[in-house]
Amino acid sequence: MLNFPIYLDHNATTPCDPRVVEAMIPYFTNSFGNAASRNHPFGWQAEEAVDYAREQVAKLIGADPKEIIFTSGATEGDNLGIKGVFEMYASKGNHIITCNIEHKAVLDTCKHIEKEGGEVTYLKVKENGLVDLAELEAAIKPTTILIAIMYANNEIGTINPIREISAIAKKHGVLVFTDAVQAVGKIPVDVNKDGIDLMAFTAHKMYGPKGVGALYVRRKNPRVKVTAQIDGGGHERGMRSGTLNVPGIVGFGKACEICMNEMEEETKRVSALRDKLQNELLKVEESYLNGDKEHKLPHVTNISFKYVEGEGLMMGFNKNIAVSSGSACTSASLEPSYVLKALGLGDDLAHSSLRFGLGRFTTEEQIDYTIEQVTNTVNKLREMSPLWEMYKEGIDMNSIEWAHH
Amino acid sequence: MAYSEKVIDHYQNPKNVGTLDKSKANVGTGLVGAPECGDVMRLQIEVDEATGVIKDAKFKTFGCGSAIASSSLATEWLKGKSVDEAITIDNMTIVEELNLPPVKIHCSVLAEDAIKAAVNDYRKKNGLPELKFEESVIH
Repeated sequence: MLNFPIYLDHNATTPCDPRVVEAMIPYFTNSFGNAASRNHPFGWQAEEAVDYAREQVAKLIGADPKEIIFTSGATEGDNLGIKGVFEMYASKGNHIITCNIEHKAVLDTCKHIEKEGGEVTYLKVKENGLVDLAELEAAIKPTTILIAIMYANNEIGTINPIREISAIAKKHGVLVFTDAVQAVGKIPVDVNKDGIDLMAFTAHKMYGPKGVGALYVRRKNPRVKVTAQIDGGGHERGMRSGTLNVPGIVGFGKACEICMNEMEEETKRVSALRDKLQNELLKVEESYLNGDKEHKLPHVTNISFKYVEGEGLMMGFNKNIAVSSGSACTSASLEPSYVLKALGLGDDLAHSSLRFGLGRFTTEEQIDYTIEQVTNTVNKLREMSPLWEMYKEGIDMNSIEWAHH
Repeated sequence: MAYSEKVIDHYQNPKNVGTLDKSKANVGTGLVGAPECGDVMRLQIEVDEATGVIKDAKFKTFGCGSAIASSSLATEWLKGKSVDEAITIDNMTIVEELNLPPVKIHCSVLAEDAIKAAVNDYRKKNGLPELKFEESVIH
């Protein structure tokens, strides 16, 4: 039996795994202590729980527990990692390299840094959504202090060659920061093998609770430091003050442990479902895959259905299926997705895109239903689309003088 | 943001989807919007030459649910109106009828523009001077 609505928007957020919730519950009531209370059992219990979670989180990414700074989420991690390095390494230089399909938490942080006198290079990604390594290396200058490139993209799921990026960075003595929100817990991420110096990630994209995340900060080879962005009691080795969110952190730890143990199996199962969905939807006439086909997260696909508009398309089934679109109509700005535009997609294709994010609890029955619903709605809307009619009549749409507004 | 029931109804059961023969002298066609902007509306009217009354109206729309609903509603309202009455359809009455939220007002403006464009196309074909309209403000 299908239960509605079906959730296929796991890049936006994930449900908490019931095992995560179970682990968290005692820390709201009985074990409610402040992890910074050093002088009584309530504090000790909380501290112990946080230490354990720190180990669970560190283990998932191959780090030392001391290298984990708990934050409120990845937006904070992005801010702390990038601004923290910019301020800490000001004497070394002021240049940061990033790319134009980063999450807004990175792009807006970089914009802020530009206002503070920093210099930022925004690399253009290739058509497949990946960073061009030669361009990256060419952008490095004597003043470059940081390369901030996302591990995997949230809209198209493409995975950047982080190891190659960090090898280049190392060669030039530049630090590597990565926003790994979409990757951690989904694919193997190892900060040492990958050569990452700083990494932001968050619990709620990996079946943990919202409001808690972490910034990994390397302690050895090299020892990296960031300037705190939140001042106060000197928690988290002085890098992030604020009473620790103990239940959240416990849940984050548990979520990491589950991902660690089940990733391999889950990836196999979810990627098979994703492949089925992707293959079937690409059989629809004039549908296009966005982003690289190979270097991609196992649970994501992003497809444009030409001549239908994304929000209109979602309306055909969004009572029953939750997905997201790069269409302008879904954003407050009325601009289509800057990520899809950066791939060189015309605005028309960007408007026509849907992102499907599968997850731990996605079933084959749900995927079959989704294939059917999406296909039917695309066909129905094309019957209603003047552009589809023109396409079928062989009219060159570029020859029409559109009234741009 | 939830859609109003009327928008959902027009989306699910659009009225007057289709194409009229644009080569006929009594058919006026309005094509407005642009693919890059995420909405294109084509609205057509067929006028009874003896009475000047719109006897049929059809649309095809590429766009969101509100754009589809606005054009579907417009075709319903056009039928039975004279060409002169047609141009008095105001986008705000569409907004009110469909309970469009502020971010969707541009869909109703597009429908109004499509009506005006169709009427002018009809007038041009029939040797009448094209009407000058004030530029729509909201775009």
